[in-house]
Amino acid sequence: MSSLVKKYLMALTGFVLVGFVCGHMLGNLQMFLHPDWINEYAYKLQHLPYGLLWVVRLVLLITVIVHVVVAVQLVLENRRARGGENYAAKAKLQATFASKTMRYTGLVLLAFIIFHILHFTVQSVHPEFKELHTEITGTGTLWHVYDHLKPMGHTNQHDVYAMVGIGFSPHFWYVPAFYIFSMALLCMHLTHGVASMFQSLGLRNSVWTPRLRKLALVIGWVVFLGFSSLPVAGLLQAFPHQDHIQAQYEHTFDGGAAHSDAAAHNH
Amino acid sequence: MSEGTISVKLKVWRQKNGQESGHFEDYQMDDVSTSSSFLEMLDLLNEKLIDEDKDPVAFDHDCREGICGMCSLTINGIPHGKNALQTTCQLHMRSFQDGDTITIEPFRAHPFPVIRDLAVDRTSFERIMQSGGYVTQRIGAAQDANALPIGKEVADRAMDAAACIGCGACVAVCPNASAMLFTSAKMTQLNMLPQGRPEKDRRSLNMVAQMDAEGFGNCTNIGECSAACPKGISMDFIAMMNRDYAVARVKSFFGAA
Repeated sequence: MSSLVKKYLMALTGFVLVGFVCGHMLGNLQMFLHPDWINEYAYKLQHLPYGLLWVVRLVLLITVIVHVVVAVQLVLENRRARGGENYAAKAKLQATFASKTMRYTGLVLLAFIIFHILHFTVQSVHPEFKELHTEITGTGTLWHVYDHLKPMGHTNQHDVYAMVGIGFSPHFWYVPAFYIFSMALLCMHLTHGVASMFQSLGLRNSVWTPRLRKLALVIGWVVFLGFSSLPVAGLLQAFPHQDHIQAQYEHTFDGGAAHSDAAAHNH
Repeated sequence: MSEGTISVKLKVWRQKNGQESGHFEDYQMDDVSTSSSFLEMLDLLNEKLIDEDKDPVAFDHDCREGICGMCSLTINGIPHGKNALQTTCQLHMRSFQDGDTITIEPFRAHPFPVIRDLAVDRTSFERIMQSGGYVTQRIGAAQDANALPIGKEVADRAMDAAACIGCGACVAVCPNASAMLFTSAKMTQLNMLPQGRPEKDRRSLNMVAQMDAEGFGNCTNIGECSAACPKGISMDFIAMMNRDYAVARVKSFFGAA
């Protein structure tokens, strides 16, 4: 594969991932509405027709794998090209910090993605998340999920709202802290990556360079603020329906703790 | 400008040949005229070394007026020194302070093996040129120049790309030792002109293939090359190369190039 084909692959997969990230962020912001919004949204995603959920997951998985594998290849090739002897004197002319640390921010983000999937998708970090269920009341009727579930009597669904609220609560403060840190790195990664992808695809000239830099900066910061607002709200216990999260926490986590305490006493 | 003399300490990379490993050696240079050029200062050093019956420092130079692309040197970590839009031969000692320590290293990159001391082998660039950095011309009487209209903007842009003197500073400064600024300038200066258009796709494919075969790294769009370039070649040409190569690849996939 030629050097430029690798650059095209990085740009194209990066483009898909930026699109996913923006959509994911918009979905997440429903946490600041009534719990029904995100719970119905989650139900809708989990029950997409024709196995579309797995199609999307597979496409994203392949995209991430290509992005990472090609990046590793590029880094190894670049290291080889630089040669054995390093400069004794080093000077930086104008390169941004973000542009020179893409490989490191990318590596942390890969670790973040794996943890994030184990945390909220597989739910193996806190298996209690699987037990969180709540009644959908039809407040967030964007997709009429309630109208669909009501006649079947299936309105008791997975409580994503409480899961996110508990996952980001001060009880597990290190988790939201890691999320905020990772989103700051994502912001850095994007401020270089979004502008860079246009260059790699040959869609940039001196007129568009400053515009694309600004676009990258805006996307980076919007993504950072949009995503970080959730772990920040979780840490500050500032979600609009915090009482619901608290009730679910006491029901699922404290209740579980009381059980194990009792078991310990019986011994 | 006031004339004066300064004393500087040189930390010079010495390396017998490509096989042996190199090291730094320190030289004290006293009473160097601030009006002398950097290369003249090295000439003085070599005269001194020859007087002392020592090996002179090997370094590349030719025209000494900033146009041949032969001089190199990484001076205090920056190819051609800290002054923008200058080659090493255009750098003068007035750009340094009395008592400065100046670190002088070769243009380092795997495809630029050291020949001796500060002179490196840049024939990898020649091979990239041979793979497509030319236009095929019929011999015989030249056609009337006015018969081939070229827009002023296009001519200017092609001239901006053609300003590349092929010195290799872009490779030397790039953390990835990528030659994409050089290759793109040499490719697009011809690709955007009618004379170069008949061989455009072939040129784009062959020059990138040769660039890769020489073992240069991959561009990460950080822009150090353009900042270090003594001719200020813009990264726009890399974008143009990326575009021309993509078109050529697609056309060749469908058997049309």
